[in-house]
Amino acid sequence: MGTTETTPAGGDKTEGKTEDKDVGAAGAQLSTAPEEERGQAVPGSFGGVRQPGALGYAAWAARETTGWVRWFWRQLTSMRVALILLFLLSLATVPGSLVPQTSVDAVKAEGWRKSHETLGPLYDKLGLFHVYSSVWFSAIYILLFTSLVGCIIPRTWQFVGQLRGRPPAAPRNLKRLPAHTTWRTDADPGQVLAAARKLLKKKRFRTDAAGDAVASEKGYLREAGNLVFHIALIVMLIAFASGQLWKSEGQKLIVEGDGFANTLVQYDDFKSGSLFEADDLKPFSFYLDSFKASYERTGPQRGTPRTYEAHVTYHEGADGPGRKATVKVNEPLETSGSKVYLIGHGYAPVVTVRDGQGDISFRGGIPSLPIDNNITESTVLKVGDYRTKDGKKDQIGFKGNFVPTMDLKTGTMLSQFPDLDNPRLVLTAYHGSLGTDAGTPQNVYQLDVSKMQQFKNKDGNPFAQALKVGDTMTLPDGGTLKFDGIKPWATFQISQQPGNATALVGALVALVGVAGSLFIQRRRVWVRAVRGADGHTVVEMAGLGRSESAKLPEELADLAAELQADAPPVTATDAPDPAESAESADSSAASEGARA
Amino acid sequence: MIPIAAAANENLAHISNVLIYSAMAVYTLAFLAHIAEWVFGSRSAVGRTAAAITAEAGAGAGAAAAASAQGGGTAVLERPKVVTRSAAGRRDVPDGPGAAGTSEKGDVYGRIAISLTVLSFLLHAGSVLTRALSVERAPWGNMYEFSTTFGMTVVGVYLGLLAAKKNVRWIGLPLVTTILLDLGLAVSVLYTESDQLVPALHSYWLWIHVSTAILCGAAFWVGACSTLLYLFRDGYEARLVEGRTGAGLRRHLDELPQDRKYARFKAKLALYTDNPMSRLPSAASLDKLGYRINATVFPLWTFTIVAGAIWAEAAWGRYWGWDPKEVWSFITWVAYACYLHARATAGWKGRKAAYIALAAFGCYIFNYYGVNIFVTGKHSYAGV
Ligand code: HEM
Repeated sequence: MGTTETTPAGGDKTEGKTEDKDVGAAGAQLSTAPEEERGQAVPGSFGGVRQPGALGYAAWAARETTGWVRWFWRQLTSMRVALILLFLLSLATVPGSLVPQTSVDAVKAEGWRKSHETLGPLYDKLGLFHVYSSVWFSAIYILLFTSLVGCIIPRTWQFVGQLRGRPPAAPRNLKRLPAHTTWRTDADPGQVLAAARKLLKKKRFRTDAAGDAVASEKGYLREAGNLVFHIALIVMLIAFASGQLWKSEGQKLIVEGDGFANTLVQYDDFKSGSLFEADDLKPFSFYLDSFKASYERTGPQRGTPRTYEAHVTYHEGADGPGRKATVKVNEPLETSGSKVYLIGHGYAPVVTVRDGQGDISFRGGIPSLPIDNNITESTVLKVGDYRTKDGKKDQIGFKGNFVPTMDLKTGTMLSQFPDLDNPRLVLTAYHGSLGTDAGTPQNVYQLDVSKMQQFKNKDGNPFAQALKVGDTMTLPDGGTLKFDGIKPWATFQISQQPGNATALVGALVALVGVAGSLFIQRRRVWVRAVRGADGHTVVEMAGLGRSESAKLPEELADLAAELQADAPPVTATDAPDPAESAESADSSAASEGARA
Repeated sequence: MIPIAAAANENLAHISNVLIYSAMAVYTLAFLAHIAEWVFGSRSAVGRTAAAITAEAGAGAGAAAAASAQGGGTAVLERPKVVTRSAAGRRDVPDGPGAAGTSEKGDVYGRIAISLTVLSFLLHAGSVLTRALSVERAPWGNMYEFSTTFGMTVVGVYLGLLAAKKNVRWIGLPLVTTILLDLGLAVSVLYTESDQLVPALHSYWLWIHVSTAILCGAAFWVGACSTLLYLFRDGYEARLVEGRTGAGLRRHLDELPQDRKYARFKAKLALYTDNPMSRLPSAASLDKLGYRINATVFPLWTFTIVAGAIWAEAAWGRYWGWDPKEVWSFITWVAYACYLHARATAGWKGRKAAYIALAAFGCYIFNYYGVNIFVTGKHSYAGV
């Protein structure tokens, strides 16, 4: 029997998982799960006797080492350790959902670290801010997947062996099997067996005739599905890992009317996997033609966004033709191997700044960052090239809020609604040094006022003004800022992630595999026909499946009913009970469960 | 928005609320009827003789507990009789007769309870449907809608199993209790006015992902219920085999010294619970039902996670980002994989595997209530 090759020494022992020792070899290997080696839980001395001398010692040490390595491998690939590792994996995954993760929300993680003085450093040491790339988490899943590989390979061989081999021969005593039926017929035993074989073949059982019985088995796809599922898990892990290593992901804020070309310098913010290289970015470009948003106007959810749409024109490759597309929250633009997602939006007040001489020192939109759900924005404008009334060089910084819907009654600086119902630009201004000349990169959204003075009104209060579109504010030194209009902006995430397709295929294959593994039942059916003492033929049928299979008795009854068409039962009231006679025939049989 | 449509929607939302309160009222009546079923139901003759059967099965190795699978007699010949025999080492305790036992009065109350459950299910489904119509989308945009839809699905799964003639009538009482808790929480704490969805939730993957998640949860609930009662019934059967039920248990209690408080408490508890326990299906049946449900749902749960990943890829630009919801659905998945493995691992079958299954269901529930309430992530929308 092909399957015995892979069973460890002592193939004649009854396998532990058979559960029922009456069934013996017939019940063996209904699955290809690894053998449970209870006896080997504690390793003895693998080296055996040590011969004197260095050579003897070396030989002993080699035996000892290989013994330990083998033992360790066998432990690692046992069902018990796989179970423990799975258990550990689920436990290890928990902290990442409770402690803020740098990879998910860096700002929050940093905030948490700062506000917990004692726990912060400790958590840092334990890697709790990046659980899913920490040493201990990696150790668990690497061990698990090593175990998985070590489990799949022998199981695959064993399964191939089972496919090439034959269904196990009928046990001596079919009555001891979980489902059993018997009747007497006038048909010849040979005829009954031939009919049984034909019937089982028709039902797509693999059959084998041996002696006075037919053995058959069905549902190998269960095992195949199980193996495919576990292999697909490995494929998914590889796809996920390669995606992490080669991915690139960057963000770009684009004001309506502006555009973006896919080169590293154009990104506002860029992250990539450790094996990514700048050349990997595929060329393409796009322009934000317009951005549309709408919001709930009534009800308790007033202000909740309802639609976001970015209308873009994009060019594939270095200079492809322009094509129109609409990017929505769930509908990214796919081009040149990248995906462009719409991830946020806001407003950019458009202003013109003239200096004390009346010359234009800045003209354009100021993308401002939303600070709440009603898109109250903080606005910062740095004007480096500026001359005062007297012609002296100076630098100006504007700071304040853009409020899409200002509540005039309360005068609060917080927007009442995200749409542009009553927009105001509220600004104050500073002059002095912006600190940009030092050459250190600065955040465009923050104004460093440490070397600047705020403009004051005549009464000594800080200078500030709320502007409607079209209004102009005049600085005490003669400069002006005119609020020309408002343009929306949108932020896009441009990502390139190889391995997505592989992961998807892996997931779908895993799905099919696990469904096969759980829905298909593997079962064996045996038919035996022998001539009884009274001249009638005694037909016995029995079935064996895994303990969960409830349908087996029904299936056996169906098969028996069909077989009875070829082997009609005889009702001989005077004859002894067929079951009885079968049993007596049995009791004379030699060892139970011996292989045929 | 067109005002007429808005008014119609508000009307529908109102109808939905009235229906859910009516459903709760009828569920409460069903709950009372189930209580009456258990109170008037009697311990069965089968239960009383179970011990004898077990002893016999243990002694005579070959004695088969006869149960035959007889289908419809349409065949020309009489259908062959199949003798089944449970594997060695298992107790051959037969299934209990159900909540009503052999009491006819109990049975009548039980039937009333089921009828009331069907009625309240219809009201419940009507409420979910009108809510969906009022918001013109799938009714699972917030925790209130998710809870009511989830409860409806659980009852649906139960009635479906009943209609398929599965032995699940005994779940009735725990079912109705859970639904009342679920709906009570939904209408009092989680209630949210009907409204539209934020753009991130506009996707047909939402339909697929959330509807399968709800279906999985509903089925997992039935599985967990079966598994929990398996643990109780298994303890009962263990005592049954040792002769520590009924009079035997009373004798045991008398012999226990007064200072062994915990042991006495356990024995007393057993004395009270043995009667209902004897009416439940056998531990083997409960275990099998729990396994079959969990195993059937596992691939669907796998699909739910894959569908969620596809949606996340479309919405956020990555299919997996360790967001708390994603993390907990993964934990739930691994926990159920643990359970399935445990059942194939020596030394982990039976009770230990059952504990894992319950923990796995705990993870599912935490993913829903715990993560929504205690943890903030990308999955929080629309109020609670
Ligand atoms: C990556 C983590 C793993 C997951 C998510 C997983 C999941 C599963 C699932 C869902 C089943 C189906 C259960 C059934 O057929 O009843 C299964 C079965 C099985 N797994 Fe895994 N598994 C993992 C790792 C492993 C490892 C490392 C081993 C090797 C020891 C292994 C060995 C098996 C075996 C032998 C079966 C079949 C059990 C049976 O026939 O009942 N699995 N696994």
